[in-house]
Amino acid sequence: MIADGKIRLLQRKACVLRKHIVRMVRASKTGHLGGSCSCADIVAALYFSEMNVDSSNPAKPDRDRLILSKGHSALAQYAALAELGYFPLDELDRIKRIGAVLQGHPDLTKTPGIEANTGSLGQGLSIANGMALAARLDGMQYRIYVILGDGEINEGQVWEAAMFAAFHKLDLVVAILDKNGIQGMGFTKDSLDTTPLGDKWRSFGWNVIEIDGHDMEQVLSALDQAKHCNGKPTIIIAETVKGKGISFAENNVGYHNVAITQEQYDTAIRELNAVLAGLPC
Amino acid sequence: MLSIAKTEKSGNTTNPRVAYGEALAELAAENRNIVVLDADLRTSTRSVAVREKFPERFFEMGIAEQNMAATAAGLALAGKIPFINSFAVFCTGRAYDQIRTAICSARLNVKIVGSSAGLSDFGDGCTHQSVEDISLMRSLPNMTVIVPCDAVEVRKAVRGMVEYRGPVYLRLSRSDMPHIFDDALPFHIGRLHKMCDGSDAVIFAAGTMTAKALEASQRLRLGGISAKVINVSTIKPLDVEGVLRESAGTKCVVTAEEHSVIGGLGCAVAAALRKTRVPLEFVGIQDRFGMSGTSHEELLEHYGLTVAAIVSAVKTTLDEQRRSPVPKFCQSSPGSV
Repeated sequence: MIADGKIRLLQRKACVLRKHIVRMVRASKTGHLGGSCSCADIVAALYFSEMNVDSSNPAKPDRDRLILSKGHSALAQYAALAELGYFPLDELDRIKRIGAVLQGHPDLTKTPGIEANTGSLGQGLSIANGMALAARLDGMQYRIYVILGDGEINEGQVWEAAMFAAFHKLDLVVAILDKNGIQGMGFTKDSLDTTPLGDKWRSFGWNVIEIDGHDMEQVLSALDQAKHCNGKPTIIIAETVKGKGISFAENNVGYHNVAITQEQYDTAIRELNAVLAGLPC
Repeated sequence: MLSIAKTEKSGNTTNPRVAYGEALAELAAENRNIVVLDADLRTSTRSVAVREKFPERFFEMGIAEQNMAATAAGLALAGKIPFINSFAVFCTGRAYDQIRTAICSARLNVKIVGSSAGLSDFGDGCTHQSVEDISLMRSLPNMTVIVPCDAVEVRKAVRGMVEYRGPVYLRLSRSDMPHIFDDALPFHIGRLHKMCDGSDAVIFAAGTMTAKALEASQRLRLGGISAKVINVSTIKPLDVEGVLRESAGTKCVVTAEEHSVIGGLGCAVAAALRKTRVPLEFVGIQDRFGMSGTSHEELLEHYGLTVAAIVSAVKTTLDEQRRSPVPKFCQSSPGSV
């Protein structure tokens, strides 16, 4: 049983991340609103509860790593890193400007706290596997979390990496599939259906946990279960809603990578503030 | 030519792949951070030499070059020095985007070793022959590209790659190569090596073509033409000042490479010399794919990568230079180059 206070704190954090995401979409004129919001609860749980990270010592060798393989959802990760103090919150308003700390997709050469360069889809799980092999050689126990998209797993490389991780029993790798059901051009089931997901990953030799990716208690519980699975990599298949938390964007295929009006910005912030008000500290 | 079997034991091989495997195994003994990945070609690439001595630091990735390249990125991010191995055409072409995004854009310390490069996998034909790999790798920011001219230089280059921090592409031929690199010479990434001096022409060559350029220089000398040969094993970053210095006062420049004339050594040298008026000719593959042949040499001849072709390129370019000392494009628009 996870304490109510902790759940509420993380729910508040997820809401703050969503507000930052909306702020960044407005600041940069256009941005990946939908996929950033769908993984906001997962990102909040990882950075504000699960992961051993320290913004004052970002390169500490035993830190846990998060690789956002669906790199276009970087806004969620940027929001968390800014909240943790990896860089000033003001940088969120400078996103995608020339010379900015925050690029359109994660770039470790420019952004403190980013662990791998992603954006060309399908590569993050392989990178995580490499880190896990290194951890094994070094006798380290840090975990490597990878957030994948359900559209992203159209990429064949994901399955090369899935085979490899299971074959080598890389139990330090924890993948989280942000199953929001929508990819660039429409619903995933109409583009290139990737279901049944659980069976696919189980047949590849993975420990599969299926959850509601917006239920913080389930998210935390799944991350905890992953830590206790030995000899197998774990994938948490998180059922999510694209654009979660913003009424006009929720489950709307038009809000993958968009510009928002001032009116929409105001609506989104008002809605998120209302959620925050319902979650007392 | 010496066979691999005969020379393997002596550590004095003429085969670049064998030299690579031996050198890497030696370096792996010195440096615990070296890890080696291969995509089901380890006995051919000779990465097996590391597997035999340090099995825990060798990873058989299966036939999955994209996963191999990005896994290497993860290993490098965690402090390792990964060497990824496959045929040149697969590890540069199949994994290009992984090399670009995961490795080069993050400037990671991954070493990419392209084996059986050029036309050296003669029997397997076009699919297995890499005639555009240098072009692909050279165009990537942060990438270093090394094409050694013999087994001696291979050994030195592998050590140089470990000492250098950043992505490197090493291009290796499958075939035995004559010893031409002076064992006493140090190897430094980015340094040109003068193999013989000359005043009429300069031949910039790399890989298999350096030995042929030396032979061409000897033939030219018999005909009264003095041609300098420069081994350009580091194609990127090219020693531009060195290229300009070695070309100063010469009557013509010829480049020789076992690669497409698009994007390789020739283009790199031409870019370095673009503000000079020195006549320049390329010996290389003329925008064509490879094909099967019964020997590497037969294919080299078919594609015009021969001593005779270098001799002819030098003579023709010198003749043109004599007839028209200033290039036509310079005459028609003075001041512009």
